[in-house]
Amino acid sequence: MKTTNIRLILQREYLTRVKKKSFIIMTVLGPLLFAAITIIPIWLALRSAKTNKVVVLDESGLFSGKFEDKKSVKYRFIKGTLFDRKVEFLESEDDILLYIPPFDLKDPLPVQLFSKANPSLELESGISKTLEKEIKNLKMKALNIDPGTVEKLKSEVDIRTILLNESGEQEGSSAAATIAGFAASFLIYIFIFMYGSIVMRGVIEEKTNRIVEVIISTVKPFDLMMGKVLGVAFVGLTQFMLWIVLTWAITAGATAFLVDSKSMVEQSKEMMEQTGVNQDVKEKAPSNMKVAKLLDTVNTLNIPLILGCFLFYFLGGYLIYSALFAAVGAAVDNETDSQQFILPVTIPMILSMVLAQFFISNPDSSMAFWLSVFPLTSPVVMMIRLPFNPPVWEILLSMLLLVLGFMGTIWVAARIYRVGILMHGKKVTYKELSKWLFYKG
Amino acid sequence: MSIIRVENVTKRYSAHTALEGVSMEVPTGSIFGLLGPNGAGKTSLIRIITQITAPDEGKIYFNGEVLRPEHASRIGYLPEERGLYKKMKVGEQLVYLSRLKGLSAKDALEKVKEWFIRFEIKDWWDKNVEDLSKGMQQKVQFISTVVHEPELIILDEPFSGFDPINANLIRDEILRLHQRGSTIIFSTHRMETVEQLCDHIVLINKSKKVLDGKKEVIRKQFRSYTYKISGIGNLDDRESPFQRLSVQNGKEENSFEAIYRINSGHSPNELINWLTTQVEIHQFEEEIPSMGDIFIKTVQDDSNDL
Repeated sequence: MKTTNIRLILQREYLTRVKKKSFIIMTVLGPLLFAAITIIPIWLALRSAKTNKVVVLDESGLFSGKFEDKKSVKYRFIKGTLFDRKVEFLESEDDILLYIPPFDLKDPLPVQLFSKANPSLELESGISKTLEKEIKNLKMKALNIDPGTVEKLKSEVDIRTILLNESGEQEGSSAAATIAGFAASFLIYIFIFMYGSIVMRGVIEEKTNRIVEVIISTVKPFDLMMGKVLGVAFVGLTQFMLWIVLTWAITAGATAFLVDSKSMVEQSKEMMEQTGVNQDVKEKAPSNMKVAKLLDTVNTLNIPLILGCFLFYFLGGYLIYSALFAAVGAAVDNETDSQQFILPVTIPMILSMVLAQFFISNPDSSMAFWLSVFPLTSPVVMMIRLPFNPPVWEILLSMLLLVLGFMGTIWVAARIYRVGILMHGKKVTYKELSKWLFYKG
Repeated sequence: MSIIRVENVTKRYSAHTALEGVSMEVPTGSIFGLLGPNGAGKTSLIRIITQITAPDEGKIYFNGEVLRPEHASRIGYLPEERGLYKKMKVGEQLVYLSRLKGLSAKDALEKVKEWFIRFEIKDWWDKNVEDLSKGMQQKVQFISTVVHEPELIILDEPFSGFDPINANLIRDEILRLHQRGSTIIFSTHRMETVEQLCDHIVLINKSKKVLDGKKEVIRKQFRSYTYKISGIGNLDDRESPFQRLSVQNGKEENSFEAIYRINSGHSPNELINWLTTQVEIHQFEEEIPSMGDIFIKTVQDDSNDL
């Protein structure tokens, strides 16, 4: 192993990939896509921010003044017969005619909404929320119930998860843990496949180009393989960082451009009210506590540990799999032939992803334990288990085995690689592959 | 002194033996021809010398030392199957390859620039390799083989893919490098290359060495003591002690061209003396076997032995 050679190869692998058009396009498109997911809903909401004019024909007279005007909707109460008003409505500039029939608690008639175009979901649900609220009040009045008493009856059950072990008590949250674990392992899964196959394509390219013979007459095949694997790892890290920075920048920039901060707050407030999400955020403190509590539970996650392990398992898993991908690339003549070897190589990963749901509900089952220490599955499975605070020795064992597994894999991969890159025009069988392991290099 | 000494090298693959007990020496400063039919084991031997693979048995010495990875930077190798990174710029690629051969960034740049001037290809620097013609790519590949001024240059069919003008250009460069002290090993089927350039040859057939030595010495070994004679007159050799292999009429009237073999116990002078009694001799020349003849004869004899 010669470090200067590995460094030179690493540099070339890194620079040629980072300078490629496809890398630049992917790096820019990725954040645009992520940002679009965040921005488009806001943009759409803003765009549809024309004011809907709603005329209300309230036969009961109970609801006048109960509908609150907002930026996106203005209410106007009218009188007359429905038939006349309908004719009038068609000729007017109003958008919606809301007809509230005479009110009878025992035998309610349906409320009717006439609209020139399909009304938005928010508008409709806003109207029905208001109606429901008022009817509830009317019912309470009719039944002689004090609204204050009802408010007192309202209860919220909230379970605090507390982990009790030798080291004391620790607050936990399974919801946050589930999300964190699943997100981390999914990212690892995606990135390992993405960058692993970049390594494979690189190897196949060198092999079909025939440049490999020139290179390995100067450097050891192992150095070439390691240089490539590490070079692509840096490409991955670069892309990852750029994605985070660019996504943040684009989202922040675009939101600032679309709306000034004041109307933005208003907008989101209005959206919340219309959709009935957290309808009474502003009135009641407990709901604010809900948000604070969610933040709290995120805080209960051991963020530095999860981030640290994410990096460790991402790199460890990537190194193991990209070495295997490199070996597969060396064993075949073109990408089409690679399928027969790629599938068995990736089965452990796919299996761990398929079983993710099971591990989330049974993070301490023996299957979860074994797969979280087995090097080919641990990057995904341990990340799922990690937020559920598995014993420290299990994490350490899993890490140790990942390192050992990496060394074993690189040994096997290097041997296959060494022989494979010089083989041409021959379909390789598994039997042959196993023989390559013992060729004298 | 030998730059390369191969000692009893054997290399086996699962299905066949590529080399069996091959020993040879490549004298320092020679132009060495490594010959043999397709599949004889030449490429296997070259790959062992370039440390792409290791022998199962036997040893290789480079300048008297056991061959080590550090020696790789003192060897330049042009494989038969050429290849470059297609999407990399020519200049950038050559600098990269020379740095792998151990040159510093500065030296690499300088040396590569020298070669661009020598081959008058300065405007190729920023072109992608895939935009060059095949011949142009071969030139780039040749530069990559010799840019680090190796002591030993191994060329596997170096002239294939070149037009005659470029082939001559490359040949002249090889000779220039040889004059500057590099040892050259040719692996080739083109016998005119061997005839013209090589001073030593080794012939490998069916994983074994079957012929080894200086070209002139080998030629002498393969002397068949045949002579080509042309002249004017009527040849009547019914009572001659010499064996006539062929005779035919020459272009001029009454002229002939004949080939005789001298059996042991006789000398060329005796043949001339006897001929002068019959005809007028215009030309008398020993038929020296060409390297092609030697190649074919050795390989055929070797096959018949089995």
